[in-house]
Formats: sequence, structure tokens, C-alpha cells
Amino acid sequence: MAVMRFSSPTRHEASDIDADAEEFPAQSALVPADSVPGRSLVIVIAIMTFLAALAANVAILVADASVDWRGDIAREATVQVRPAPGREIEADVAAAAEAMRRTPGVREARVYAQSESEALLTPWLGEGLDLSELPTPRMIVLKFETENRPDFERLRTELERVVPSAVLDDHHVFIERLGDMARAAVATAAFILILILAAMAVAVASATRAAVATNREIVEVLHLVGAADAFIAREFQRRFMALGLRGALIGGGGAIAFFVLAQFLAQQWRVTGGGEQIEAMFGEFSLSPSGFLAIVLLAGGVAALTGYLSRVIVLRHLWRLG
Amino acid sequence: MLSFENVGLRYGVGAETLRDINFQIAPRSFQFLTGPSGAGKTTLMRLIIMALRPTRGLINIFGKDTAALSNEEVAETRRGLGVVFQDFRLLDHLTLYENVALPLRVLGREESSYRAEVTELLRWVGLGERAHACPTILSGGEKQRAAIARALISQPKLLLADEPTGNVDPTLARRILRLFVELHKAGTAVIIATHDLTLMDQYEEARRLVLADGRLHIFE
Repeated sequence: MAVMRFSSPTRHEASDIDADAEEFPAQSALVPADSVPGRSLVIVIAIMTFLAALAANVAILVADASVDWRGDIAREATVQVRPAPGREIEADVAAAAEAMRRTPGVREARVYAQSESEALLTPWLGEGLDLSELPTPRMIVLKFETENRPDFERLRTELERVVPSAVLDDHHVFIERLGDMARAAVATAAFILILILAAMAVAVASATRAAVATNREIVEVLHLVGAADAFIAREFQRRFMALGLRGALIGGGGAIAFFVLAQFLAQQWRVTGGGEQIEAMFGEFSLSPSGFLAIVLLAGGVAALTGYLSRVIVLRHLWRLG
Repeated sequence: MLSFENVGLRYGVGAETLRDINFQIAPRSFQFLTGPSGAGKTTLMRLIIMALRPTRGLINIFGKDTAALSNEEVAETRRGLGVVFQDFRLLDHLTLYENVALPLRVLGREESSYRAEVTELLRWVGLGERAHACPTILSGGEKQRAAIARALISQPKLLLADEPTGNVDPTLARRILRLFVELHKAGTAVIIATHDLTLMDQYEEARRLVLADGRLHIFE
């Protein structure tokens, strides 16, 4: 009966126990794996992670492309010299170009020849017309230094002083529209991402409730042997986080594989006209480092969210029981 | 250590199952809780372990009013109780070793820190060779002994056993009773719910709490 006070083992007993250590396999999880609708939840989480990764990367692609477009456009401006009564347009164009070149920050001022200006009208007026009789405006394309952009107000004032009929277009309206479009695309992707995560949260919540109901007896026994709610919730959280991680890895891995495959196909398709257009619009269709990071973060976030949600739901359930 | 004052319990709108229950359990005391089947022994045990709330009256455990305890405090208070359930309540997906170790595991103790205690206790109840078996393949008697081991492993201040000898042969029943008596002598208060008169006759020094018609009668 000496065992009744369960004293610490003697040295001899301890060595016996060490020898026995290999007989003791890792402790079983308190929430059995087969009591949770694991496979279906992993599939749902994998699909949701894949879709969320897709939405996030499309948003990144559009945002990056928009930054490139806006950067390209913002580094350029156009001066339009309109024919005016009593003025010699060639002299006005030369004077305007010279004034622009003198302005700090302007790297290049390229004058479009008469023929080039007329060529710009061809898409609207058609080919084979004699435009020499029309008062066609002339264009000067300005390119700015990257670090030292000019003061547009000063540019305008100078232009107005030299050639009153010239107009400076700094493309700000177009840039703003591009920015709005990019922001709308990113917001839409973010909204889709939120919807996907919300749907996933509902699936996790439902699976957790089912798991708690299935394991009601285990919860009861754990309570009766003195387990605190936090301990029980942690056991469920551990189980669900493992499932979430599995689903997220499958979904995230699938998304990475998708982008690698898409990049390969895009390279094959690039030789076609359509491929070139798409590449001109959105850049190279590939997984950028930020896109890869987004998928990794998303997968980690999905696993953490799954664990956290299950914990909160179990705690709330136990609190109600209490 | 445990007191009931005017405790009553009714399920739904029916008559009270337990009426005006008054008793105290002193530290290091030993009592049998008895009465005919359906008298409410298990219900009374469930009130003690806070698995049921009384309809009226006051239950005080270890100096705390159970009605005022938070979930966390209930868990903490239960750690001072060792309970042997009539239906064992072993978890089928855990081995016997893991079942017995459960009260220590929920305390957050490292497995290596209690391996010796659990192994020794399993050997003592005659289940040393079955440590890694799951309850589903055990006999009723083996489950009973595992349930007793689980109740004892955390060295509770108060041990409650609901029909602990209901599934064992007379020899093992005597051995289990001796174990409870030994525990009592070592300082644990013991309440054994049973209707086994032979078992009670083997330890006549014990108090007898007799439940009949929803009321409790105490024989010192």
C-alpha cells in the first residue's frame, strides 16, 4: 500500500522508468483525429486559400502594373501647339521646344514632325486624306528627369509667355483615372478576399461546432477531471490549426504551382499578338516576390485563423454550458 | 470540507428528487452513501462534483459556495476531487496509461514528470501489463480499476466513488475497499455510493448516509 501516497520514484525506480521510456509512445491527442470532419474541412480550406491567393495576386499584379503605367506617364508630358492666326506654327513649335529644353528637369523635348502629327489623326480620319489644308496641331513630347521633375506651373507660365497658343498636358487626368481603376481593382480583389475568408470562417465554425458535439463526452470527462475551459479549447485549437495548416499548404502550394504554370504558358503564348498586348498591359505574368510573400502570409494567416476561430467557438460553447 | 444546507433538486416542474438535504463531510472522514436504486445517490454525487446545480439550498466545497464559482473556479475546485463514475467514463481513444494520467495532464504537467506515478499506480491496481491497451478491449473489472486509478492519481482531498465494486468479483471488491480505507487513513475524505450491504459491513466504522424518498438520513 506504500503506493498510495505516490511518492517520487527512488533512483532504482527512476532508472527502470527511463528504461521504459521507449515503451511510451507520444501522447494521443485528446480530441481524436477521426472525430473532426477533417478531410472535408481540409478540402474547403485548400480551395479557399487557393482562391484567396489568386485574388491577392491579381490585386498585386494590377497594382504593380498601375504603378508602372503611372510612372511611365508621369515621366512624360505633351505640349500641343495650335495654329493661330497671324503666327507661324513652325516658329512657335521651335520656340516652345527651345523654351522647354531650357527648363530645369526637362531631359528631352522631341518635336513631332508635321507628318507624325498627321499620322496621329489617321485612326480617326482614315488614310489617304490630304491634311495639309487642315490646321493640324503640332506635338512636342517632353521627357523629364527621374529625380528632378520640373515645376509644372513654371512650365505653363513659360510656355504661355513664349507661345500663347500652346497648351501643356501633364496627363494628370489620365493618371488619376488609371489610379482610380487600379484602386477599384485592388478594392474588388480585397472584397473577394474578405468574402472568401468569411466563407472559410463559416465552414470552420460549423466544423468546430460539429466536433464539439461529437466529442461531448470527452469534453464532459475533461471538465470532471478538472480541465479548465482554456485547456479544452486549446486541445480543439491544436487539432483545427493542424487541419488549417494542411489545407493552407495545399491551397497555397496549388496557387504557387498555378502561377508557375501560368508563367510557362504565358511565355509560350508571348509570340502571339494577344500575348504581347496582355504583357504590355499587365507586365510579365509571373509570381513576383511580393506575390509569393502574400501567398505564404495568407497560408499562415489561414492556419492561424482556423485555430483561433475554433478556440473562440469552443470557449463560447463551454461558457454557455457553464 | 463539504456541506449541504437545505439543498433541494427538481428536474423540470415535477416533484423534488432530493429534498432538504443537510450534511457535512469532515476532512479524513469515511462514509457510505446508500439507499435503494433510484433514490438519488448518483444525483447527489453529481451535485457534489458540480455537474448539476441545486434548485435551492447551499452547497459549500472546500470553503467555497458552489453557486458563486466561475467556470475557472469550478475547474480548480474539481481538481481537489477524485471521482469514480459508475459508468467509468474512460476515454476510448486513449490508452489506460493516458486515461489514468488525464488529471495530471490537464494540470499542464510534463508527461515525463508523472510517468513513474502513473505506472506505479497502474501496477498496483493490477493493470501494469495493460498500460497501453485501450478501454474498449478491457473487461468491466479492468475498466473499474482504471477508473479508480484515475480518481486517485492526483491525490484528491475528497474521493467520491459511485458503485465502485459493482463490476468486480468479491475478492477485488475487498481489495478496492481496503484501498479506499487506506486512502482515508492517509488523510483523504471518502464517500462511496453503494447499495452493496456486504461491502458496507466490511467497514463498520464508516458513517452511513442513507437516501430514501428524496431525504437523507445519517447514521454515525
